[in-house]
Parts: sequence; C-alpha cells; structure tokens
Amino acid sequence: MTDMPLSQPAAAPERRTGSLLAQDARTRRRNAAESRFRGYGVAAIAISMLALVVLLATILSGGAGAFRQTYLNIPVTLDAAVLDPKGNRDPAEMAKVLTLSYGRVLDAAVEATVARHGIQIEGLTEKDIDSLISKEASAQVRNRVLADPDLVGQTVEFDVLVGGRIDGFFKGRVTMDSAARDSNTSPQQLQLAQELADRGEMVTRFNWNFLTNADASDQRPEAAGVGVAILGSFYMMLVVLVLAVPIGVSASIYLEEFAPKNRLTDIIEVNISNLAAVPSIVFGILGLAAFINFVGLPQSAPIVGGLVLTLMTLPTIIISTRAALKAVPPSIRDAALGVGASKMQSVFHHVLPLAMPGILTGTIIGLAQALGETAPLLLIGMVAFVRNFPDGLPGGLMDPASALPVQVYNWTQRSDPAFIERASGAIIVLLIFLLCMNLLAIWLRRKFERRW
Amino acid sequence: MYDINRAENAVTQTDIKISARKVQVYYGEKHALKDVDVDIQDKTVTAFIGPSGCGKSTFLRCINRMNDTIPIARVEGQILLDGEDVYDRRVDPVQLRAKVGMVFQKPNPFPKSIYDNVAYGPRIHGLSRNRAELDAIVEKALRGAALWNEVKDRLHEPGTGLSGGQQQRLCIARAVATSPEVLLMDEPCSALDPIATAQVEELIEELRSQFSVVIVTHSMQQAARVSQKTAFFHLGSLVEYGDTDDIFTKPQDSRTEAYISGRIG
Repeated sequence: MTDMPLSQPAAAPERRTGSLLAQDARTRRRNAAESRFRGYGVAAIAISMLALVVLLATILSGGAGAFRQTYLNIPVTLDAAVLDPKGNRDPAEMAKVLTLSYGRVLDAAVEATVARHGIQIEGLTEKDIDSLISKEASAQVRNRVLADPDLVGQTVEFDVLVGGRIDGFFKGRVTMDSAARDSNTSPQQLQLAQELADRGEMVTRFNWNFLTNADASDQRPEAAGVGVAILGSFYMMLVVLVLAVPIGVSASIYLEEFAPKNRLTDIIEVNISNLAAVPSIVFGILGLAAFINFVGLPQSAPIVGGLVLTLMTLPTIIISTRAALKAVPPSIRDAALGVGASKMQSVFHHVLPLAMPGILTGTIIGLAQALGETAPLLLIGMVAFVRNFPDGLPGGLMDPASALPVQVYNWTQRSDPAFIERASGAIIVLLIFLLCMNLLAIWLRRKFERRW
Repeated sequence: MYDINRAENAVTQTDIKISARKVQVYYGEKHALKDVDVDIQDKTVTAFIGPSGCGKSTFLRCINRMNDTIPIARVEGQILLDGEDVYDRRVDPVQLRAKVGMVFQKPNPFPKSIYDNVAYGPRIHGLSRNRAELDAIVEKALRGAALWNEVKDRLHEPGTGLSGGQQQRLCIARAVATSPEVLLMDEPCSALDPIATAQVEELIEELRSQFSVVIVTHSMQQAARVSQKTAFFHLGSLVEYGDTDDIFTKPQDSRTEAYISGRIG
C-alpha cells in the first residue's frame, strides 16, 4: 500500500569502536561547546540582572526622598487688618490681598515660634528665620483663608512647607559643610531647623502632595508634584485606548481574515511593519503639522498627545493582533465554516475569542510603550510649564496638561538638586504604572487562555 | 486483500443526490482534478479511495465549496445537488454548507462545552425557537452520533476534554445537528485507534438511513466495510466508479487492480 523501496539498502556505516565508559574526542568537544554556551547564557543573564538592580537601586535611592516632605507646624495669627482691610469677609474682596501680605503674616508667625521656644543661635538673622519656610507657604495659607474667610482674625495652626534646602537637610542632601560653602542657606538656619525638629515643631512625613500637586516654579521644588502629569498621562491613555484598540484590532482582523492576498495588501503589510520602526519623534513632527497646524487643535493638550500616541501605537497593536490571529489553528475556522457559519461568524464566534489573550497582551504592551513615550510629546508642546489642572472629561482633553515622562525630562533640566529627587520620584510613579499594566496583561492572558 | 469483511453492500436507493460533470480543479497552475464525472446516490455511503495527492479530498471539498477558502483554487465544471449547480453565482456557500455537512480528518471540536459544540450549528441557522427545542436537537444529534450515553452527564464540560474517538463523534454530532442532506467525511478515522474507528464505522452505517454519506479514506478495508459505492481516483482523474463489490472483486481498470492489490499507492 505504501511505496516500498525496491533497491538494496545502502552499505551500513563503519562500526564505532571503543568503550561506552570513556568519552571519545568528538563527544568531549561537543560537551565542552555545550557547557561554554551555558556559561555565556548565565553571564548574559547576570549582566542584565546587575544592570536592572543598579538601575532600580539608583532610582529608588534617588527618588524615595520625593515621597517624604518636611513641614513646620506653626500657629499663625491671621491679622484681619492685613488680610481683610475692608472687614466684610467677602472672598472677592479678600482675593485682592496678594501672597506678599500673607508672607509678612507668616514671617511674624515663624519668628514668634522661634522666640516662644527661646532658641538662641549666634549669627542667626531675621532673614534666615523668615526664609526657613517655603515661598509656597504664603500661597498655601492664602488658599486656605480664601476657601474659609471666617478664619480671619483667629489664630490657626498650619503645617507649612519648609524650604527645599531645609527639607534636603532632613533627607541628608544638604549638610552643615555644604551649607557653609553655599549662599542659598546658612549653617545657622540648619541649626535652627534641627532645634525646631528636636522640639517636635518640624516633622518629615509622607508626601501625598507629591502625587496631587501641580508642577511648581524653579524656586520652590518642595511644592512640585506630579498630579497634572498623572492626569495628563491618564487622559492620553484614554484617547489611545478609545482610538487605537478598535482601529488596530479591526484593521488586523480585516487584513488577516478577510482581505485578499495580493500586491496591495503586501504593500500595506510592509508599511505597517515599517511604521512600527519609525522613530517616535517623527510622529511628533507629524502631530505638530497635522493636528496643531492643520486641524488647529490646541497645543499641550492631551487630545493631541493621545492622537500622536495612537498613531505610534497602532502598528504595535496591529502586528501583535495579527500574530495572535495567525496562531489560531485553521482547523477551528474549517470547523465553523463546515457547519455553515459565515466568515464573520467564524471569526467573531471562534477565532477572536481564541486570539483574545494575545490581542490583549499586545494592546497593553502598546499602551505601556505609549505611556513611557517622551519625544513626540516635546514637539506638540506638552513640555510646557502647566500649573493648572485640566478640567474633567471631556473638556479637559483640550486643556493644557503635562505627562509623566515629560515631567521627568522637565525636572532634570532644572538647577536645584531637589528637582532631581522629584524627577526620580516621578520615574518611580511611572514605573509603578507600567508594572501595574504589565501585571494586568499577565492576568488577562491567564484569564482568557484556553486550551484546545 | 480478498478476505475483507464486507458490510451488506446492497444498494438500497438509486436516487441521484449529487451529480458532477467535467469538474476541473486548479491550484494556481497545477491541474489537480481532471474531468471528474460522478453520480452520488442518496442514502448511500460512497467511498473515495486512491493514493495520497490523487485529488479525492479536493473533490470532496468541492461539494460543499470548502475550496473557496483557498485563494488560489479554481473550480470549473458542474456539481449538481438535487439538480442545482452549487457553483451557480446565486448560491451562497453558507447556505450550501448547512445542507452539506462536513467532518474533518483531525477531530476539531470548538474549545467550548460539548453542548455548545453541538448547539452551535442549530443556533446560527435558527433551527430552534427555544431552549427546550435546542436541548432536543442536541440530544438527538448526540444520540445519532452514538455519544449521548457517554456524555449526557457532562454536557457542559469542554468538548476538547474528550478522547480522540469521542471528539470525532462529537464532530459528527455537530455536523448532524444542522440536519444536512449530505455528510462529507474527510478521512474521519485516520487519527483514531482501531476501537474508535470501529465505533465511527458503525455510526456511518447507521447514518446512511438518513443522509447521503461521502467518505474519503486511505484504508481500502474501511472502504470495503462501510461503503456501497466506491470511486477510485488516481493522479487527479476518476479512474473507476461502481459498486464496492465490483471494484474490489473485479476491477475493470488495470490501475484500480494494481492499487487494491497494493502495487501502487
């Protein structure tokens, strides 16, 4: 029934001689090559693990400080004569009083606290005492008072931010030696800070404001946070999710399952692969030309960032979705067609559910890549200094915002070392988000994985 | 070769269900099937035999237009099902495949429950109005495929968890559930062990009372056991077609004789 070889079998090869208990030269060489290769593998993994450990250690040690912040607890007498000259407690009227006046009130409060504790330090000037607290502190107090005008006239306890260098002293970034050599802060100030800390007035605690505050100016790193950046990144991810996933998945289903295989689809396929390799900054230029200059969308807006990142993520999603669809065994398609399912029914009832884990994994990896992307966002103006939070959805998509990776880039440009600490902190936040997305990808893959 | 155990091979029906005239199939430049003329009778098991690559599976897949899914395949000629050309421009292959069911070489249940596997066809064709009717269809199909007693207590377990033979019978149940008129089987037993093969063969014999069954097989013993009519394909041509008894005992063509006596193939 089968083809039987009619010719005589070829002459048998020469027999090997020698004992099985001793390795011959050929076997030894082969074994040596194998163990060398294993050695290379172990070395490669060791190097990458070492790099990872060094990277994480650097970022964690540099960025941990961003999550702790020093505050000074002082009773502030909110002098009605200064803060509400008209005396009618009208917030609109009170808003005319600038932070400068609040600064004077605060200076008095800090000086009073120092005097109350009877701290005497040789060479300590009044200016040293006043600059103990952050320039942001007066805005902090002003916002609180404007929100609740009835506080005027009372003496209220405030936890005010201390200056970035005093904060750095408690985190070990600034020392007595460095203060002596540097005109920004004096050893007397640090001594005073230490005295206040010993008396429990100055405390370092977890810094929620880092996660909720907007960026702050060069002079007040202690007030800077990643709130606007997180919100901006979140809005952009929403845009990417809403646009890239449906477009990418439907494009790949069409290309993989329905499109005829001809020269045109070949060209499309090659171009999608090429797009995946295009440097991301090119997409930024495209976004600038197309969405901002041509369509006229606002600069620095999450909608533009999201659109650019969508363009950048689409090839990734299409390639991984097509790979997932290709991996579904053709026998499933045959089975569905064989019972009279239409092409679309076979795809949506059988092929797509089986390809789901792969599609989700690819999509989330694409999103994670988009979340960490910086270069295209620089070109569409997301690098701007944004102090105000964008509105809620959907209007907020048009408001200026920042993004996490751009915020990192931005802070590393500034001179105050406190911003380096903030940048590392923002990297930690970004890494946590990426880690969560990868965990989600793994979880979804486990959940949808089916055997056949 | 001549001591084959043959089933009662009397042809009980003479109505012609499928009639093929001058069927040509090309895969790109390759002329895979040449001038096939064959009349397949209703309520009969027709076996297609022949060496690998002879075109028997290709012809089988023409009958329910599964070759449409191969972009380079091109079919010429006529295949009439109850007098209607299945390659007519107006024929929707989806409608055709509901009438002409198919069982594949490798058991390919959907990665869903046993129940959903069988219920899928009736669901998409709207054969039931409510759950009870669907349950009845599923039970009838599973009984028809001689699987009911083995799976009735675990209808909602995955179909992929069954043994190979059970999976193939599940695929037969799935094909039967849409109440087709013709059942095409492409080497349905090649992935099964002898016991499962025997069960499926027994099943084919029972299915004959309701359907016209066309089976492609590599095993001549199987063809002799289950079929009433046999067609021998060689190098893309239909060499000989006739009653199974005649083909195996007094073949007309020397190539048929050479094949069934094991000299070619």
